[in-house]
Amino acid sequence: MDRQSPASGWFETLARHRVALAVLALAAIIVIAPYEALATNILIYGLFALGCNLLLGYTGLLSFGQAAFFGLGAYGCGLSIVHGGLSVLPAIAIGVLSAIGGAILIGAMVIRSRGIYFSMVTLALGQCVSALLYEADGWTGGENGLRGINAAHVNLGFFNVNLLNPTQKFFFVLFFVALALAIVARLLSSPFGVTLEAIRENEKRVVACGYDAQATKWVVFAISGALCGLAGSLYAVHLSIVPIDIVNYHSSGLVVMMSLLGGMGTFFGPFIGAAIMLLLEDVVSHFTSHWQLIVGLLFIALVLFFPRGVWGTLLSYVRSRA
Amino acid sequence: MTLDLFLLQTFTGLALGSILVLMAIGMSLIFGMLTVPNFAHGAFYMVGAFAGVVALRLTDSFIAAIIAAPLAVGALGMLVERTLVRPLYGRGVDYPIVLTFGLSYVMVEVIRILFGKEGIPFETPEFLQGAVSLGFGYFPLYRVFLIGVCVVVVGALYLCLERTKFGLVVRAGAADPEIVRVLGVDIRKVWMLIFGLGAGLAALAGLLAAPMRGVTAEMGIPVLVEAFVVTVVGGMGSLVGASVAGLLVGVVMSLTSLFSPKFAELSMFALMALTLIVRPRGLFGRPGHLG
Amino acid sequence: MTGQIVAPNMNRRTLLAGLGAAAFVPLAPSIVRAQSETIRIGFPVPLTGPFGAEAQDQVKCAQLAVEQFNAAGGVGGRMVELLVRDDKLNPGEATTRTLELIEKDKAHFIVGALAGNVQLAVNEVCKTRGVIYVSISQSDTINEAGTFSRFTFHEGMTPHMTTQAVGKYVFPKAKGKRVAFLAADYTYGHETLRAFKRSAQAHGMQVVEEILHPLGTSDFSTFFPRILAAKPDVLCICNFGRDQLNSIKQAVDFGVKKQAQIAVPVFLYAQRRAGSPAMFDGVVGGCNYHWTLEDSVPSAKAFNTLYRAKYSNTAPSDYGAYGYAGVSSLLAAVKKAGKTDTDAVIAAFETVELDTHKGPERYRKCDHQAIQPVFVVESKAQAQMRNEFDVFNIVHVEPGAEANLRSCDELGHKG
Repeated sequence: MDRQSPASGWFETLARHRVALAVLALAAIIVIAPYEALATNILIYGLFALGCNLLLGYTGLLSFGQAAFFGLGAYGCGLSIVHGGLSVLPAIAIGVLSAIGGAILIGAMVIRSRGIYFSMVTLALGQCVSALLYEADGWTGGENGLRGINAAHVNLGFFNVNLLNPTQKFFFVLFFVALALAIVARLLSSPFGVTLEAIRENEKRVVACGYDAQATKWVVFAISGALCGLAGSLYAVHLSIVPIDIVNYHSSGLVVMMSLLGGMGTFFGPFIGAAIMLLLEDVVSHFTSHWQLIVGLLFIALVLFFPRGVWGTLLSYVRSRA
Repeated sequence: MTLDLFLLQTFTGLALGSILVLMAIGMSLIFGMLTVPNFAHGAFYMVGAFAGVVALRLTDSFIAAIIAAPLAVGALGMLVERTLVRPLYGRGVDYPIVLTFGLSYVMVEVIRILFGKEGIPFETPEFLQGAVSLGFGYFPLYRVFLIGVCVVVVGALYLCLERTKFGLVVRAGAADPEIVRVLGVDIRKVWMLIFGLGAGLAALAGLLAAPMRGVTAEMGIPVLVEAFVVTVVGGMGSLVGASVAGLLVGVVMSLTSLFSPKFAELSMFALMALTLIVRPRGLFGRPGHLG
Repeated sequence: MTGQIVAPNMNRRTLLAGLGAAAFVPLAPSIVRAQSETIRIGFPVPLTGPFGAEAQDQVKCAQLAVEQFNAAGGVGGRMVELLVRDDKLNPGEATTRTLELIEKDKAHFIVGALAGNVQLAVNEVCKTRGVIYVSISQSDTINEAGTFSRFTFHEGMTPHMTTQAVGKYVFPKAKGKRVAFLAADYTYGHETLRAFKRSAQAHGMQVVEEILHPLGTSDFSTFFPRILAAKPDVLCICNFGRDQLNSIKQAVDFGVKKQAQIAVPVFLYAQRRAGSPAMFDGVVGGCNYHWTLEDSVPSAKAFNTLYRAKYSNTAPSDYGAYGYAGVSSLLAAVKKAGKTDTDAVIAAFETVELDTHKGPERYRKCDHQAIQPVFVVESKAQAQMRNEFDVFNIVHVEPGAEANLRSCDELGHKG
């Protein structure tokens, strides 16, 4: 049987408590980041990347259309507040449900595609969603975006969260991120999670073992959509507007990069990727308007030398020593 | 809505399509042979336009520019393949995507640093200015020239692929790279040349588009997506597919904007999605190792 | 040399960024006196992206305004500091940056934004947090009741103002009564189209064709056959930036200029310089500022002189002038109020009489729109250009008047 060396013990213990540790680490971001709005952005994009990574890193499906679900979540939440007069919490729920609805619909169309075709068709359908949201400008505001999302307070009865206070807003968002992390952790350590990774490794064999790979892929697509939609809803609340450009393929591409940067198939990688990307962009922008050059070079270096991503490389290093 | 207008609009679509054809052939070849979805294709298009500006400044001849610029960018493409793309073979499609994505950022920014942010004016060359009567209306001479160049280039490529030994190796390599290598052909050299060829074609497209659309660092971004659409619809790896799809998309978009311009772009994506769902390998693509 | 002494609210990034920003952005010598707090103006503009050049000029001109103000003693001994941020022409990014400026940098005021949708995003943030925002973007929407708030001020021209001025010049002179429109399918295109049509109808013109093109179209060739078939005497092209350049260029390729007078709501200095004199020759459009105004307006001469003293051998651009005007107007209001207290500055802004760089200007109370002179310019042929910057002839001056704006009622303001 496995002979566990003392050193491996601490790593396994930490891994068991990864949700709690992740939440603690994320809470620290508000101290590290130069300002709270950026810290909140890191949480939101990290959550978005988490959704993307579930598909890409764990299931092996590269989607270039996840921004559509981010957008559906954002507009769903925003529209509920602006036109429906709902308060923040029900609006977030509606945002997530809109995203899940979209993911189920689009998922049905795309899961039969494989490899690069899957990526291309998600790109195309994502752009269709973007175009439709743009055209429905009576509701969505078109290229001016959806404005007037008054999400100033969340009344929890005993406690009133003031969302105009940047620190309170950060922790409000962190609460949802923690929830999402807990759900994803549960999912990954369940038989479903194992099936996902098996599909990534060899889909044909999974089918041969008697599992319904198509159904599994459809479900994970919907779950990923839900996570991206939650991120979108929180984004709408954070900025009080929904800008139309978040729904296009650049956004989808950005979040794929973040997943890769952090490390595909790692639990905390997406947040590391989001943090590095956003902090880097922020700091570099202050020095030069040519920050895209730095970002581009970073991607190239990443792909050539650190394909496992920052967190992934770190983890495999620690594991090899443990 | 007269017949004349319809014909004029169709011709306009052919000119629009010619640019798309040149882009799509390059992308299709690179994808078909190397299984690399080249997200930097738009950047090569853009660099081609700037290379043309430089060539024009040096030689004062448009004809010289349209020969020199694609060759230069093609060489750049070969260099990129050799140093950046080649290490990634065998690692799956995801990595070349990120690499070429990052590369496009770098290329755009370097051009901005070298040439500034405003873009550079590019006039239609003197001998190609003015309009010519086509019977059903006047049509800019330059656009007729564009269609002509596209026909010549596609024809030359077709002959090269179908009639020469090099073309034979390319087609075999697209069908089965392993066997080709077993037969003793250095497939990697062929890949490098293909990548260079693709980049060169994109550069030619960019330079030819410059008198119509101007020369700016961002000019490649919308074109990249259009190129993907055409490549997918035509079938990755198929020269005929890219040509037919490119002209088809150009004409469809042109005719659509007669009635409703805003749906032109949406219809392009819907077409792409439909093709991928119903006939994933595109109109002329070959089934195989891609899906 | 210039250097920035970091404000009291220092943290890790500000220190780094301060050093970095000093290398990148030419900063005003803002002196922090021990007892009085600096007045901070946040300035989000699109330094990255297709309007980077315009944004850079806006920063330069805004810097001039700040330096000029500080040199005159500031207000109550307090000096002004300009905090420049890159909004990347992206409303989401602009919102984050504005939040940063307000929450972290504690900016007292915000001036800026170039794109219409970015301006609206910045406005939303400032509105909910009660910070005065002076927009230097062109828009009709920002004056409307649903978007406007008492903290919103609009230095930029409105599409309505510019098109009325251009129409007044172009339509009576046209060789016939047929007018065609080619407009970009987004807010700015819609606003200018609507306003141009209004002007056309007031001058008895007949609309023969109206085409909306998708924003960012690079190839307009599919629209010109239709336009030519309609045989217009005037073609109004309602778009902006690269779209303007490409559509005019391609219109000329298709021979439109031989048939019709081409008119645009705003003729952009940068696009004109990016194109060739031959191509643009004869095109007419609106303008907020052209440096040749110095021949007739003293404040223009003063502004140009100030600009040349610091940035030799050049002239300020139209968009650059917005940077100067936005900041100068705000500072004039602050000076009049004597303090940075929001309500006092708003009251001062509504009554201050200005002449910053082009003639008399003031802000209207109901929608805080700057009533300002609008110019109609015609592109010069190569032979007439004295130097590379001498691209326009000012053919008509529309002095600032409330009649040129949409009425308060029309915009939805009560009382």
